Amino acid sequence: MLMIELSATDWQAIRLTLTLCFFTTVILLTIATPLAWWLSSGRSALRVVVQTVVALPLVLPPTVLGFYLLVTLGPRGPIGSALESMGLSHLAFTFEGILLASVLYSMPFAVQPLLEAFNNLGRRHVEVASSLGAGVFDRFFTVILPLCRGGFIVAATLSFAHTVGEFGVILMLGGSIPGETKVLSILIYEHTEAMNYAAAHRLSLLLVVFSFAVLFVVYSINRRFQVAKV
Amino acid sequence: MSLQIRAQLQRGDFSLEVDTCWPAQGVTALFGRSGCGKTTLLRIIAGLERVRGAQVRFGDQCWQSESQWLPVEKRRLGLVFQEASLLPHLSVTGNLLYGYRRTAPALRRLQLPDVSAMLGLESLLARPVEELSGGQKQRVALGRALLCSPQLLLLDEPLAALDTQTKREIMPFLSRLAQASGIPMVLITHAPDEVQRLADRVVFMRDGCADEQCSLQEALAKPESPLFADEGPSSVLEGELGVADEHGMRLFGPEGSQLRVQAPDAAGTGPTRLRVLARDVSVALDDPARISIRNHLVVTIRQLHDLPDNRVLLDTVMQDGQTLLIEITPWSAQQLALAAGQHVFALIKSVALMR
Repeated sequence: MLMIELSATDWQAIRLTLTLCFFTTVILLTIATPLAWWLSSGRSALRVVVQTVVALPLVLPPTVLGFYLLVTLGPRGPIGSALESMGLSHLAFTFEGILLASVLYSMPFAVQPLLEAFNNLGRRHVEVASSLGAGVFDRFFTVILPLCRGGFIVAATLSFAHTVGEFGVILMLGGSIPGETKVLSILIYEHTEAMNYAAAHRLSLLLVVFSFAVLFVVYSINRRFQVAKV
Repeated sequence: MSLQIRAQLQRGDFSLEVDTCWPAQGVTALFGRSGCGKTTLLRIIAGLERVRGAQVRFGDQCWQSESQWLPVEKRRLGLVFQEASLLPHLSVTGNLLYGYRRTAPALRRLQLPDVSAMLGLESLLARPVEELSGGQKQRVALGRALLCSPQLLLLDEPLAALDTQTKREIMPFLSRLAQASGIPMVLITHAPDEVQRLADRVVFMRDGCADEQCSLQEALAKPESPLFADEGPSSVLEGELGVADEHGMRLFGPEGSQLRVQAPDAAGTGPTRLRVLARDVSVALDDPARISIRNHLVVTIRQLHDLPDNRVLLDTVMQDGQTLLIEITPWSAQQLALAAGQHVFALIKSVALMR
């Protein structure tokens, strides 16, 4: 049944989706790690506010996020126009734009498992390491990373997978420019619109299998490390 | 060399106000009940807690002041917590060498073989961390701290989480370490026996304030000393422990103040401390010959103190000048017509070997 014969457009969308997911994941881990560490190291009101903002994409319709991003990053938005005045282009309907959108949109999926892992870790091991002469990065690579590796794996996998499943935000902000913003989910939508059900089916099935595999990995890790509830 | 700390802190209804200076030498015990702020003070010294306006100086190094902040990893400290907190993803050797590898070779004064011998770790080196008992873990944690050749060792109730048996097993290592390593230590504890066994000086802490530091003998000289809260007054005698005779008894202390005590072989010989509970000592006006208590010492009564609960504490001085406290009833004191300046015989029923 799964005689996958994909068109050049399909391949292009797959490549684009993977590129987007890869960069999103890398950026998210870099941002979410210090953010989650800060969130786990106290209980101030500011932390609650930040945690709430980070979790917003979980409850908002993706169109809302997409709309505000379009307004902000577009040619007349504050960021878009600032970029243009510097001789750069605005970010609406660009790969960089949807990358930024994906980072914001998948942020809770990176922050939450890391926060959970850091809370479980506590501070004692890190304090011990610093008393033994380990500096910030040393502590991160020799204590936090190995002891929270389950959390990092889950955060990375979920960020990646969740970005694959992104649709509304990209449709709002990115449109459907082949090779630039036309990712798999958009392409499936277009195939369906064009009544090309066979093509839509091939890609959809591919995504089902992929998502199953990813979630399976995440839950297996969760059972082993008890790191995150998603 | 001294350790200078000035800190002020208000957190909810907890307040800390400390302005003190301790010699960076020997063992300084920080004694107080839980919640008196001793752990907070230790965390400030270590740099794990950054309290605004606090000042910490160690010798000629400034660790914290208005304008300066030296992070923990640069202070060259050894820290040992109540729970052993070994890094679970490393082996015993990995844990031991974690700090050693991060210490500049020129600053390394202790090597793995010395430290494992000092703490009896040889047989543990190859074992996974999770297989160790509580006492073994704590010994590894001590060794790990020592192997960074710290300038100061901070011990936060290192024995509190251990059962009595394990405590007894690890105590000799601690006191040996205090003598052999030459590293100044700050020991946080709420256990009087740890203070009596290990400390050279005591700082009493209550409600976030630290008293002036005093020597162990001074701390034990006051009948109302907080060290006596649990088991009643007691004295610490210092002296040399001799070898066992044919009855398994060993001589302790100088001529005239000599005791015969029973001690395990592991105690070794040489300078040690004995702890004598005041209630384990009786008084006689003549030297009783036919009595099972064989340790009789001539002491001179310095002072009589009335204690609550119908008890009298005799503050006496032994012939070698050390203080021996004796607890009796007011009735006995009256019957024997005891008074200051009088020579009496102190009959010591039992002693605890401290080192």
